[in-house]
Amino acid sequence: MYKKTARAGLALILAAAALYAPAQEVKLSGAGATFPYPLYSKWFNEYNKLHPEIKINYQSIGSGGGIRQFSEGTVDFGATDGPMTDAQLAGSKVQPVRHLPMTLGAVVPIYNLPAKGLKFSGETLAGIFLGEIKTWNDPRIAKDNPSASLSSDSITVVHRADGSGTTYCFVDYLAKVSHEWKEKVGPAATSVTWPAGLGSKGNEGVAGTVKSIPGSIGYVELIYATQNKINYGAMKNAAGEFVTADLASVSAAAATAKIPSDYRVSITNAAGKGVYPISTFTWLLVTAKARDAKKDATLKAFLNWAMTDGQSFAEALGYARLPADLAKRELADIQKLP
Amino acid sequence: LNPFARRFRAGDLLFRGATAICSGSVLLLLLLLTAMLVRGAWPALAAHGWRFALSPDWDPSGEHYGGLTFIYGTLYTSLIALAIALPLGIMTAVYLVEIAPRGLRGPLALAVEMLAAIPSVLFGLWGIFVLVPKLRWLEAEYLGKYFGKLPLFDGPPIGIGFLAAGVLLAIMVLPLIVSVTREVILQVPVAQREAAYALGATRWEVIRLAVLPYGWRGIFGAGMLALARALGETMAVTMVIGNTPQIKASLFAPGYTLASVIANEFSEAPSDLAVASLISLGLILFILSIGVNGLAQLLLRWLGKKYGGGTR
Repeated sequence: MYKKTARAGLALILAAAALYAPAQEVKLSGAGATFPYPLYSKWFNEYNKLHPEIKINYQSIGSGGGIRQFSEGTVDFGATDGPMTDAQLAGSKVQPVRHLPMTLGAVVPIYNLPAKGLKFSGETLAGIFLGEIKTWNDPRIAKDNPSASLSSDSITVVHRADGSGTTYCFVDYLAKVSHEWKEKVGPAATSVTWPAGLGSKGNEGVAGTVKSIPGSIGYVELIYATQNKINYGAMKNAAGEFVTADLASVSAAAATAKIPSDYRVSITNAAGKGVYPISTFTWLLVTAKARDAKKDATLKAFLNWAMTDGQSFAEALGYARLPADLAKRELADIQKLP
Repeated sequence: LNPFARRFRAGDLLFRGATAICSGSVLLLLLLLTAMLVRGAWPALAAHGWRFALSPDWDPSGEHYGGLTFIYGTLYTSLIALAIALPLGIMTAVYLVEIAPRGLRGPLALAVEMLAAIPSVLFGLWGIFVLVPKLRWLEAEYLGKYFGKLPLFDGPPIGIGFLAAGVLLAIMVLPLIVSVTREVILQVPVAQREAAYALGATRWEVIRLAVLPYGWRGIFGAGMLALARALGETMAVTMVIGNTPQIKASLFAPGYTLASVIANEFSEAPSDLAVASLISLGLILFILSIGVNGLAQLLLRWLGKKYGGGTR
């Protein structure tokens, strides 16, 4: 008697659920970078408002995890702040892989000193993070900041303790501008062996540690510096100007850089005027191989939207827009996807 | 038998089975956990061999991994914690049982136990915003200034480092030590105290000669429990230790622990070998904690046989 009622109830619930569910629901799953997560989650939300039947689930597990999950084929798309290496591409079970730059970010040197807007050249910044420049009144810092009053306080370097796309961009830049850095620490990677300093987890961890230690210096994504109201420095670009990171100077880096057809390119230390030198793309990873037709079409439509209407959400959240001609190029490539 | 009794017997049997399964599954879980750790760690152990535990390298870009710096940091911070928490905890427990006014004992004991209920991430936040600046001041103005020549107080006063992690851990394990020691002291027979008083002992002498020797095994056990807890503590330590893999004697130097590096690097580990190396560190932590517990049990049993007495 009891069982019968329960069974009838269950059947009723299932029937109701079947009737209630939208007929054509499509679910996409993605995983990867944490840096663009605020923008991506805004996109998925807005896109869901336009197309209620489409649900995109994104896990911000980090670039490394994103690449691994995508290569294993466990997600429909990946996301990363550093492009996949040739070895990673060759090792991917999902072939062929396409990189699509979605938006732009910048990494800024943040410091805990009263002086606002300190200026750094690439060599000086490398010297600080190598642990060779130990005090704030070092002549190499003073040379670029003649008007600032710098004390003899010692410098405490703060870096990321976890692997990170932010680190990738930052050390990629340092390796480009400093031979010594390249020799001692090596080329760009999401985690490196740091010659000096303290480690903290996440952008918020580095920002918190820098805030709590007078005389410390670290690096975070631009948005974390502005949100936490921490002083951050201007960087000397390849043209010799000191440029403060903002949406325009970051976009400029993408506009002047030469971008290859697979979009796997570092735009740090890009040539040109008004360019902020520690800028980077953040990429979505998709495959050009046809899989589930319905999912493929949905993903393609979403990418189209993100490249056009979606770009207008970027600036309010602290991300720089893609330059118009780059977006146009990518749209053409998106049409070639299955 | 009437139906009610039969039903009751079936329930008895069921209960017996359920409890057996529950306790058996604990053992199974331990075995599975060990198997999983060994399997996950295998690629790193195969690549580096047993030297993995003795190598101080941790170089993600060169793919050289070793655990020594983390083992050192884990042991160092835990020992600092014990060195601070053990005397403090024993004295607190003695005060709570023997010296404090009766009306104060309950509330004070409750306050100490409440300390154990605070989530460790809150300890971490408190560590960053309150403890670290105070330690930095202490390091700069006193320890470094007057004892800076000693290797223990060498280096720039950052505030973040082994000392901060050790002090934070000490506070976190304190409730454990206090409550166990308190229980132990409460078990000391009243007759033993009275006898000591009757012989004309002062209060200090009673505590030193009659109370503490009676409970030393329990106090030793409390220390071991605290050590096991300190070895595995992750969140709070990560926030104040500086996450730098290095072996330095100085209390001021930043370091790294086994639990912290796993928490920090696991999600973004750059390669399969890195993942396996992190799991190897997990295995080492597992062996270390189990080892401390096992060693303590053995030591207690051996000492107990040799000298007898004491509680349980």
